[in-house]
Amino acid sequence: MTGSVAGAPSAAVMTTVAAVGVQRAAWLLLALPVAGAVILLLGGKRTNSWGHLVGVALPVVSFVYAVIAFFAMLSYPASQRSRDLHLYSWITAGRFQVSIGMLLDPLSICFVLLITGVGSLILIFAVGYMAEDPERRRFFAYMNLFLAAMLLLVLADNYLALYAGWEGVGLASYLLIGFWQYKPAAATAAKKAFIANRVGDAGLSLGIMLMFATFGTVTFNGVFHAVGGASHGVVTALGLLLLLGACGKSAQLPLQSWLLDAMEGPTPVSALIHAATMVTAGVYLIVRSNPIFNLSPDAKLAVTIVGAATLLFGAIIGCAKDDIKKALAGSTMSQIGYMMLAAGLGPAGYAFAIAHLLAHGFFKAGLFLGAGSVKHEMDDEVDMRRFGGLGRVMPITFVTFGFGYLAIIGIPPWSGFFTKDPIIEAAFDKGGTSGAILGTAALIGAGITAFYMTRIMFMTFAGERRWDEKVHPHEAPPVMTSPMIVLAIGSLCAGGFLIIDNRLVNFLAPVVGVPPVSHGFLTPVSGGALALAIVGAAIAWAMYGRREVPVTAPAGSPLTVAARKELYGNAINESVLMRPGQWLTRLSVYFDNRGIDGLVNSLAAAMGGTSGRVRRVENGFVRSYALLMFFGALLLVGALLLVRV
Amino acid sequence: MVSPAHFVALAVILFVIGGVGVLVRRNAIVIFMSVELMLNAVNLAFVAFSRMRGNLDGQVIAFFVMVVAAAEVVVGLAILTSIFRARRSASVDDANLLKY
Repeated sequence: MTGSVAGAPSAAVMTTVAAVGVQRAAWLLLALPVAGAVILLLGGKRTNSWGHLVGVALPVVSFVYAVIAFFAMLSYPASQRSRDLHLYSWITAGRFQVSIGMLLDPLSICFVLLITGVGSLILIFAVGYMAEDPERRRFFAYMNLFLAAMLLLVLADNYLALYAGWEGVGLASYLLIGFWQYKPAAATAAKKAFIANRVGDAGLSLGIMLMFATFGTVTFNGVFHAVGGASHGVVTALGLLLLLGACGKSAQLPLQSWLLDAMEGPTPVSALIHAATMVTAGVYLIVRSNPIFNLSPDAKLAVTIVGAATLLFGAIIGCAKDDIKKALAGSTMSQIGYMMLAAGLGPAGYAFAIAHLLAHGFFKAGLFLGAGSVKHEMDDEVDMRRFGGLGRVMPITFVTFGFGYLAIIGIPPWSGFFTKDPIIEAAFDKGGTSGAILGTAALIGAGITAFYMTRIMFMTFAGERRWDEKVHPHEAPPVMTSPMIVLAIGSLCAGGFLIIDNRLVNFLAPVVGVPPVSHGFLTPVSGGALALAIVGAAIAWAMYGRREVPVTAPAGSPLTVAARKELYGNAINESVLMRPGQWLTRLSVYFDNRGIDGLVNSLAAAMGGTSGRVRRVENGFVRSYALLMFFGALLLVGALLLVRV
Repeated sequence: MVSPAHFVALAVILFVIGGVGVLVRRNAIVIFMSVELMLNAVNLAFVAFSRMRGNLDGQVIAFFVMVVAAAEVVVGLAILTSIFRARRSASVDDANLLKY
């Protein structure tokens, strides 16, 4: 029962062969959403009436192709499933060669299926959700742009192309958070997300530069083959820089503050970008870079600490938020914390991180679509204190949301039970004090998760109605409920399908290695997690189910107040970064105005004043010119004489 | 016996008279005459030195100076005439548009 890397079979760097057959058309995966974005953005208002249909159809075709490519991959033997498709040479400058290529391997195909599959479902939902929005076409254009960038991110075969996708999803996220940019809160949230992401992106770009400086290449193959020969310091620095990038994109501590504000965007955006796909890019980055992290226990420890801290941080925030979307966003942060924790455990956790990521893609997208459906029917109300009793008027939403709820708190046989418990097990397996602390944190997180999710359920769907007379909620149209039903089925089945028989573990083994130990189900740890979840749910029932929920929030304990304020994350950012930054700016402006401008201006004034005096010599009298010439001539003669002597 | 020094002294005297004339007179024609006086003072000095050194260089240069002076007078008087037509004055102080 050792969790150390030495005991685990390390993930051998996979040899990649050129793509053949149906996989040679893998560029379609990228080209279709790009075409969607281009048609809708360049087509302008002419495409208003049918644009959303194109915006849905192209990603759906992309998904169909992804399924075909997936089955093509399954037909290859396990050691030959990593296929490379060279598209074109991007940068050729001396020793620096970057080609755009696509890497189809078991890891990337998981993401491709998740992105295109869940993405298509959410786009279908959005057809109904955004029906009344005059800018629906622009929304679908941005969503296609996002899908294209996200697919580039996961399909790239080198870090530079990955970075291009990384920035692309950041841009799409910015555009979509600020989609209703006339709302100041949305515009500010978009900027906040962009700036917080920039900090992480700086880490990733520095990491890529370090790779090029050390190894002379940025391709996955080149870097992973060369990383074994690098010094320990370089590998750890690389790991930490990649972790910084992952923290920004995945809203992990200390760059977590943007995710809750990002809920200002339309709900399908929250479901696709800020729950199912983009925020998991950080996990992808770390799992993809597993040969680097395997060599650096320090970097891995940092990843686990970030993950464990964030999973508690997000869960606590989720407990106090009355805004249903923000409560779910806190939950997303917390669940990604689980994935980061797993990814930081090395080969023991990589596959479980991806399993939880895929299952989370289903149930969290389903939960967000449920929240979107509620919000849509409640005239954009998101305060759960004004919901109540919606289970009776929106039965389909209630049941699908309930499936997501059971999945996230880990009730068997729903997904979360299968995918979350192995992470907790693996954390305990790490051994030593750190393993015990990480495992306990993950276990407590499971209890808190059950508490806040039960709270959301009771406040939204149970109890007496607390909404206005003017609001008349009823079930959403089929175009919105059908994706929710599909996602609910996914929340029920995905986890078990992936984990039972080690299906995903074996599938991913060529890329990330295999966990050193394998547990069955219903171990003491999973029993403990289940018991804690039931306790958490029971407390939530006692607080929000048995008692009437007040419409205005009570003052609450200091912990509640802190959690409502997102554990002072924003206050810390403001006092540590923003205010000193503002002072620095003011100081620079003052120095620029008084110092540099003063110097330049006084020099100019001195020149001007001198010229004003000197020009008086030109007085227009010929005789004074003549006199000057005489003196000049005298001076010259005198000088010549002086030189001769 | 008249030595070259006498010629040079005369040339200096003539040059100074011409120079003072250029500086103090306002009438353009008088200034021209003063300029001619200065040029001829220099010619005198050239011829005197030529004689003293026993070669013809100085005399050749004196001829050049005369030719240039003649040309200069032609151009200068043409300018003067046109200024006089425009301003009804030959005073150099009246033609003072080109100043600060």
